Amino acid sequence: MSSETVTEPVVTVASKAAKNIPYDARLWLRHSKKFPHLWCPGCGLGIILGSSIRAFHDAGFEKDTTVVVAGIGCTGRMPVYMDCNTLHTTHGRALTFATGVKLAKPHLDVVVYMGDGDALAIGGNHFIHSARRNLNLTAIVVNNSIYGMTGGQVSPTTPHGARSTTTPRGQFARPFDTCDLAIGAGATFVARTSITNARHMQKMIHQGLKHDGFSMIEIVSNCHTSFGRLNGIPSHLDMFQQLKERTVLVKPDMDMEEEKSEGRLPLGVLHCDTTVPNYLRQKLGDVAPKPAKATGREP
Amino acid sequence: MTTATTMEPRLMTGNEAVTLGAIAAGARFYAGYPITPSTEVAEIAAAMFPDIGGVFIQMEDEIASLGAVIGASLTGLKSFTATSGPGFSLMQEHIGFAAMAEVPCVIINVMRGGPSTGLPTHMSQGDVMQAKYGSHGDYPTVVLAPASVLECYTLTIKAFNLSEKFRMPAIILSDELVGHMCEKVQLPPEGELEVVNRLRPTVPADWYRHYESTPTGISPMAGFGEGYRFHVTGLAHDSSGFPTEVPSETHALMEKFKNKEIRNIRDLTMVESYMMEDAEICIFSYGSVSRSARRAVRILRDRNIKAGALRPQILWPFPKQAVETMLDQVSYVLIPEMNVGQLRKEVERLSHDGRGRIKGLNVLNSEFITAADIVERVEHDVL
Ligand SMILES: Cc1ncc(C[n+]2csc(CCOP(=O)(O)OP(=O)(O)O)c2C)c(N)n1
Ligand code: SF4
Ligand SMILES: [Mg+2]
Repeated sequence: MSSETVTEPVVTVASKAAKNIPYDARLWLRHSKKFPHLWCPGCGLGIILGSSIRAFHDAGFEKDTTVVVAGIGCTGRMPVYMDCNTLHTTHGRALTFATGVKLAKPHLDVVVYMGDGDALAIGGNHFIHSARRNLNLTAIVVNNSIYGMTGGQVSPTTPHGARSTTTPRGQFARPFDTCDLAIGAGATFVARTSITNARHMQKMIHQGLKHDGFSMIEIVSNCHTSFGRLNGIPSHLDMFQQLKERTVLVKPDMDMEEEKSEGRLPLGVLHCDTTVPNYLRQKLGDVAPKPAKATGREP
Repeated sequence: MTTATTMEPRLMTGNEAVTLGAIAAGARFYAGYPITPSTEVAEIAAAMFPDIGGVFIQMEDEIASLGAVIGASLTGLKSFTATSGPGFSLMQEHIGFAAMAEVPCVIINVMRGGPSTGLPTHMSQGDVMQAKYGSHGDYPTVVLAPASVLECYTLTIKAFNLSEKFRMPAIILSDELVGHMCEKVQLPPEGELEVVNRLRPTVPADWYRHYESTPTGISPMAGFGEGYRFHVTGLAHDSSGFPTEVPSETHALMEKFKNKEIRNIRDLTMVESYMMEDAEICIFSYGSVSRSARRAVRILRDRNIKAGALRPQILWPFPKQAVETMLDQVSYVLIPEMNVGQLRKEVERLSHDGRGRIKGLNVLNSEFITAADIVERVEHDVL
């Protein structure tokens, strides 16, 4: 339309509004190729896609040197929409491919997307070993408490008692706490965020990308289509509301255990250790690996 | 530790030769998980790689190992792993991925007795069918079986070459005997053996398609981080790499895979014949067992039995033409194998006059098949 003229927004440093104009995520989308996306209307994965791209931009990532790797599931479809180097792997194994990419070409920025089943069930072994290894990768676990793609089977994060198609009488086992698991396995940066706070999500991912070592960000998300439908919350808006009520931003001096015991999930950076040298720096000789504690024997 | 360029003849094991062959082929990435009888490959790679700019990592299991190998290969590094039966079973998922996504990589499987944990320190040839059909779906691959330490070196280079050239996984089906056997070998000087690298794109990044359809059926391959920004998936995909379920596109994909083997069968056939010119009976074997077959042929010839031996160095794709020619020529075939007769069934499929003259000598207790065993069986059957 010829009558439509596009004017550059006037951006002044003083303009408070300008600072709030978010980076246009479309600049990193493969819009000519793979849209509309396959996610259900109302799924949090779209919000995650937007916040991720903004975080890539904030971290100064370039499309040509960014590699996005993912496993299988609804979450696993994330990379196909991103205009960078993208690798859609096998169920649970995304971190293994990412490890190969990063070791082979350390200058590439590697980000890995996994669902809760992907990362913690079939990929649980790769998850803990990647955390332990402390290679400079960012792992993003989208926790919707269910197997979304296959239609609502129980996952390792399905809450105790919750229904799924394979736990019709409720889940008998306890769920993993994704962040506790990552911290226990030695991840040097661990954060939790939620799709109900896109800005916070962007900030957490950004910090994870900047961290020198293995970073894990758990994003609490909704799957109204499967989890919601089976557990009496079929509307995505109701699920968003519940997620808001169930989460609380981490504050200094907060008693995490108490929050958890009252059923609230703390959101924020839960663990950050910058003293552990990352795997590649040791390999490349920047930092010599610390010798093991003396055992009285020569090595 | 010697380098791949050593000119002096020296003693080495098959596993060492495999590793030196991989390095000579240009491999600079290894990810693996230790397992007898393949572990020396990992240990030698771990010791040598830091000095030649290579990357070595021991992963948490074999699934992870091949995942890392594929990831590294996607950045452009020639990559490989080594394992044995139980680990080879775990790798099947990613062998299928490498075939589907057309990522070059080499898997060394030093066969041991199976099934399951089986006989870790004993030889077997039980993985022949698995090497071809182990992963789900119809996919192209090439499988090579060395019979000597020198061949562990040369066929490993060949495996890399074929994998790079045709963008598909290549498997070395070594076995415990070849892998652990020490032989005096004279490695060919560097530069004497051909080294093939994957075809690289020549088009501008905007035009690049990771699975471009070409007259040869092989698509040029860019690496991650080189400015091409392509998508790789294990889902059925179109020529740009994006998932598709359109029947005409998925059909084209499967045809492309099928044609990799059919159209390049000349490149993918390696058969050695021994005293076959006037042979009336044939010992058809591969890998370490073929050593006994050669000796058996000489003994049989001394006893005035016109024997010859045929040995596929590439097991898969199966050398149909060479086997058909052999079947037309001889009246009796003995196929000694350290399995229930896995490759014999392939030979039988090509025989138009029934299975009567094709015999198997099958040993499953890991005791090696000797020349005497073969001679005894031939004399029993034909005299
Ligand atoms: C080896 C293997 N087993 C099972 C499947 C089937 N499968 C596909 S996605 C999926 C679960 C996905 O759940 P999750 O990882 O939580 O991702 P979401 O879809 O919820 O994002 C399963 C079991 C598969 N693709 N591969
Ligand atoms: S099934 Fe669930 S996780 Fe998958 S797209 Fe739909 S809402 Fe999202
Ligand atoms: Mg899930």
